[in-house]
Amino acid sequence: MTKMTMVQALNLALRQEMEKDDSIVLLGEDVGRDGGVFRVTEGLADQFGEQRVVDTPLAESGIVGMSIGMAAYGLKPVCEIQFSGFSYHNFHQIENHAARLRWRSQGRYPVSMVLRAPYGGGVRALEHHSESREAYWAHTPGLKMVIPSGPRNARALMVSAIRDPDPVIFYEAKALYRAFREEVPDEEETLPIGRPQVVREGGGLTMIAYGAMLRPTLEAADVLREQDGVEAEVIDLLTLSPLDEGPLVQSVQKTGRAVIVHEAPRSFGPGAEIVSRIMEKAFYFLQAPLERVAGFDVVIPLFAREKSYLPGLERIVAAARRTLKN
Amino acid sequence: MPRTPLALATSIDSLSILDETGQLDAGLEPDISGEMLLKLYRAMLLGRRFDERLLDLQRQGRIGTFPPVKGQEAAQIGAVSHLRSDDWFVPSFRETAAELWRGRSLESVIICNNGFSEGARGLQGHNDLPVSVPVGSQVLHAVGLGWAASYRKTDEIVMTFFGDGATSEGDFHEGMNFGAVFQAPVVFVCQNNQWAISTPLFRQTRSATLAQKAVAYGMPGIRVDGNDILAVWSAAKEAADRARAGDGPTFIECLTYRVMMHTTADDPKRYRTDAEVEVWRQRDPLPRFQRYLLGKGVLSGAEQKELEEEVLQQIQAAVENAEKQMQSMGDPLEMFDHFYAELPPSLAAQKEELARELASGGEVRS
Ligand SMILES: Cc1ncc(C[n+]2csc(CCOP(=O)(O)OP(=O)(O)O)c2C)c(N)n1
Ligand SMILES: [Mg+2]
Repeated sequence: MTKMTMVQALNLALRQEMEKDDSIVLLGEDVGRDGGVFRVTEGLADQFGEQRVVDTPLAESGIVGMSIGMAAYGLKPVCEIQFSGFSYHNFHQIENHAARLRWRSQGRYPVSMVLRAPYGGGVRALEHHSESREAYWAHTPGLKMVIPSGPRNARALMVSAIRDPDPVIFYEAKALYRAFREEVPDEEETLPIGRPQVVREGGGLTMIAYGAMLRPTLEAADVLREQDGVEAEVIDLLTLSPLDEGPLVQSVQKTGRAVIVHEAPRSFGPGAEIVSRIMEKAFYFLQAPLERVAGFDVVIPLFAREKSYLPGLERIVAAARRTLKN
Repeated sequence: MPRTPLALATSIDSLSILDETGQLDAGLEPDISGEMLLKLYRAMLLGRRFDERLLDLQRQGRIGTFPPVKGQEAAQIGAVSHLRSDDWFVPSFRETAAELWRGRSLESVIICNNGFSEGARGLQGHNDLPVSVPVGSQVLHAVGLGWAASYRKTDEIVMTFFGDGATSEGDFHEGMNFGAVFQAPVVFVCQNNQWAISTPLFRQTRSATLAQKAVAYGMPGIRVDGNDILAVWSAAKEAADRARAGDGPTFIECLTYRVMMHTTADDPKRYRTDAEVEVWRQRDPLPRFQRYLLGKGVLSGAEQKELEEEVLQQIQAAVENAEKQMQSMGDPLEMFDHFYAELPPSLAAQKEELARELASGGEVRS
């Protein structure tokens, strides 16, 4: 066990997998010499050489398009898009090819690749550097969409993502990169993709979050316990798509109440799908309207106003209390 | 039938008028009035001193991350100075010196860099687009503006700026192709500062120059010493005149260097040596131009000192003014403004929701 940040944990996952499997190639802007602008790939070019940690020209469509070709050949590209806000440049490669090549070739060409991208707010960045648009990918058939919430699960999920036979979009909350350290086992650890985790048990209400929103959600659960005497069950989604609603439905069948938290804009956001699944499978157990705590339907503001945009403790607690009133 | 070399017009000029040692090619010296020379110099000086001040402010936590301009003032001012106020300036994100030339207020830059979108309100006046961060994306907008200006039968022209890294993006290539196909009145100015964050030029392209890319698209291209304002000015004049005459676009590669970090969040020591940077510090465009003006008698030593003083005072006043303005900025409810011509009811409801939350003080206690 070593205590590490999420940046270090991701680095460990990449390093250990690359040591085992020489079909893994990293590529992206500034991933080699610079170690990535957030240093997730730090030291990997030194260890594995420029052939396996490739600094590309500045073109996201190029990076992803080339990754698809590499994957079709049988390599395992793990590409980095420097900020998720620039992944729109490669949207068509993902939507038209990464997500479909297996299907179009009737199984002959699976696209086993990982697209890593930092997402989300909270780091006082410039425009385009703070967005949370995971719904685009979660909405795209053929993709898997994974978002870890801390160092340990980031490491384990990254290993699983690399080994996954399908294209995985892997969003890393940049607000979490260096926010805290966690014990991460030295030996290999994986987590299944497509399985949410109950991270705190309780019968009073269900709280569902992922990525950077898990921590304020857990804090809100503390407040509810201390001030309201309510035990919240908190579920960390980890994988948005394919969404396994099982644990969510089970929990709501027990609690009758749920709050969903994400920093993505509310309308047509991940919360909308989660609410629908709960409605479909746990409607008769509900004791209060479901609540979404989400970003507003605007572009995340420049950093002077960012805090008012992002769901925080107050907003989450208030939503929980509304569901508890009924 | 036989295999023969194609007769392609592929010659690309390289232009240098005032070299790094101060040597002037008198035959190529452009005819610029003393008044204009001083104006250009002042703009370069303002760009430089403002950049230095922004770096201080950033280090003191008084503004956020920003991309320094230092060393690229000649490339920016030499080109942008050919625009009339009704022409269009389409920047990327590192054109602060050029933006100030176009009349953007220093306050506006400080305010934007401190995370307040209100800063963008300082841009009104000229026909300019705001900063565009997604690399290369603005190149196509320039072509669209130019097409529209022709459609309306004006003689307005468009000048767009981008970096060497941008020439790898599809948007750049589409913009060059569209510009040439439609013979749009556009001047494409590439500030080849030889780095895209940690990626050196040779990792961006195997072309010997960026200028030669113009050939493939069927437009004139030229490479100029981007630290020589006389060369930039001359090449940009040719290009602007061409566009205004209805003779189509031009690509200008300004060979320069990013002597500072990419942005204040970057640490260039990780990927390049001080020795390399030092070579380019010696090629600094500002003292080069200053010596030229002193030698020409357009500027005296005393006037130079006065100008320095004046520029510093202007910056100081702007910093104070911006910091005062920011005290009353940041109303969270304004995050809903300017998304639609009219606020849709669902968004109005969200704004209302935030207003209620703010009014209640957002207390956790029940
Ligand atoms: C589409 C896109 N991808 C990545 C980035 C992150 N990024 C910002 S500037 C930059 C390098 C740009 O290099 P260049 O075009 O040479 O301009 P310079 O920074 O040197 O002025 C990168 C990769 C971005 N802003 N937009
Ligand atoms: Mg550059």
